[in-house]
Amino acid sequence: MPASPETGAAGIALLIAHLDVRFGTGEGAVHAVRDTSFTVRRGESFGLVGESGSGKSTVLRAIAGLARGWTGRIAVDGKDLGPNRTKAFYETVQMVFQDPYGSLHPRHTVDRTLSEPAKIHGIKDIGPRVEALLRDVGLGPEFRFRYPHQLSGGQRQRVAIARALMLEPRILLLDEPTSALDVSVQAEILNLLQRLKREHGLTYILVSHDLAVIAHMCDRLAVMNAGRIVEEMDVEQLRRSEPQHNYTRQLLNASLGYDRETADTLLTFD
Amino acid sequence: MSGPLLEVEGLSVDFPTRSRTVQAVRDISFSVGREKVGIVGESGSGKTMTGRAVLGLIRPPGIVTARKMTFDGIDLTALSERQYRRIRGNRIAMVMQDPKFSLNPVMTVGRQIDEAYRVSTRAAPGEARRRTLEMLEAVRIRDPERVYRTYPHEVSGGMGQRIMIAMMLIAEPDLLIADEPTSALDVTVQMQVLAIVDDLVSQRGMGLMFISHDLNLVASFCDRVVIMYAGQIVETCRASELHAATHPYTRGLLASLPRVDQPVERLSTLVRDESWKTEPGVDARIS
Repeated sequence: MPASPETGAAGIALLIAHLDVRFGTGEGAVHAVRDTSFTVRRGESFGLVGESGSGKSTVLRAIAGLARGWTGRIAVDGKDLGPNRTKAFYETVQMVFQDPYGSLHPRHTVDRTLSEPAKIHGIKDIGPRVEALLRDVGLGPEFRFRYPHQLSGGQRQRVAIARALMLEPRILLLDEPTSALDVSVQAEILNLLQRLKREHGLTYILVSHDLAVIAHMCDRLAVMNAGRIVEEMDVEQLRRSEPQHNYTRQLLNASLGYDRETADTLLTFD
Repeated sequence: MSGPLLEVEGLSVDFPTRSRTVQAVRDISFSVGREKVGIVGESGSGKTMTGRAVLGLIRPPGIVTARKMTFDGIDLTALSERQYRRIRGNRIAMVMQDPKFSLNPVMTVGRQIDEAYRVSTRAAPGEARRRTLEMLEAVRIRDPERVYRTYPHEVSGGMGQRIMIAMMLIAEPDLLIADEPTSALDVTVQMQVLAIVDDLVSQRGMGLMFISHDLNLVASFCDRVVIMYAGQIVETCRASELHAATHPYTRGLLASLPRVDQPVERLSTLVRDESWKTEPGVDARIS
């Protein structure tokens, strides 16, 4: 795996610089992401953590081309992206969404769901690839011609992950991939993502509201609040409970469980 | 008061289908006193159906049976729909998971809470308005006068949930059934909402049935925990002793949680044993 952080631009899979995302115009305009910058090295897992409305998912959507009207720089493998995404982009970057109940077409079989990206990109021998990927994500061949309603939430998320891997991307954008799942199923999906990362040499950008999930999966993380990154750190700093910013500390305290006294100390950061 | 507020013995909820009967809840016994009881389990474990059965909210074709189900000396199994309505909302209230679907979208927040209060107490409108504003303040809403006039779509999820809680608590129920009341909220807002409920339990002596899938939260928030699997109670313990739970299902759930302070290479996954479904359930009553 070419994970060489010291080689400068060559080791950088993704660069975000001074990213701003606005929705709407006039009085109702929302400034969702403000002057956000970070880099992700090849082979790294980078976490974006924050509460709802912090802008963390919008960052992912801007990278994927799903949020329009952004300004600043987004560069993948050293190449700057424009407003539109090319086929080549989607062969490098793929996304997995939060809700496996909403992200799969209810009237398409697993086979059709997985084949579609390959057909669009003119790939031959789709059948064997579908079979291999199903095996890869821990689903047997018997799942190939099932519909989403015949699958559990965890199985659906496995299908969504397989679909993302159909074009053999190098970077996966993971938007709360386990927050709709039970904890025992979450553990299975997180283990699957870790194994796939090793086997396919992937780079992850993982968005989650759950600090424990980020700590388990990532090497480094950025904490977002009200559209800005308030703090960036490695996971070791987080584990040693050494966040510098008050907001991060509050998030960490709150995620450790309920405590009547802590509840009184919580502030709103706007 | 003698004995627990709510006592349930041998409760079952069945849903007959064409081919077989789905047993959502299977012969469970538990009690709730003036305390916080957490009901924990994964989706499909029967925890929500248990809460709905207590409130008499299981509709046909669902069938509820119980050897005993009493609330403050009242036999719930013998109530007519009309008699149930007098208890529901008034003496037993329920907070649902998603405020978006539980609040009336075309009625202002204030009027909804007002109405809840007037239906249960027959108070005069002026009195109801005063109590509503007090209640909004009690759930830490900063500008109650303004929020009173807003519509549900104008408030955030966290505020919507606090409004729901205000509406459920204004009638001062003896028992609150909270079904995942905070899982849609951010952790910090979740903590603040729980603190409000916590204070009501300790100050007013309310009983709380807290239905949740979040083991860490229940362990830190509740007094007692009931763990459900496949419609049965497989284990019960004091919340502070949850980490020392002995049933392999409970242990498996706890082990599958990632932790900030304890890194592991690979998360342990739950291996389900068929025998968990056939072994007899546990009685979670305390007298």
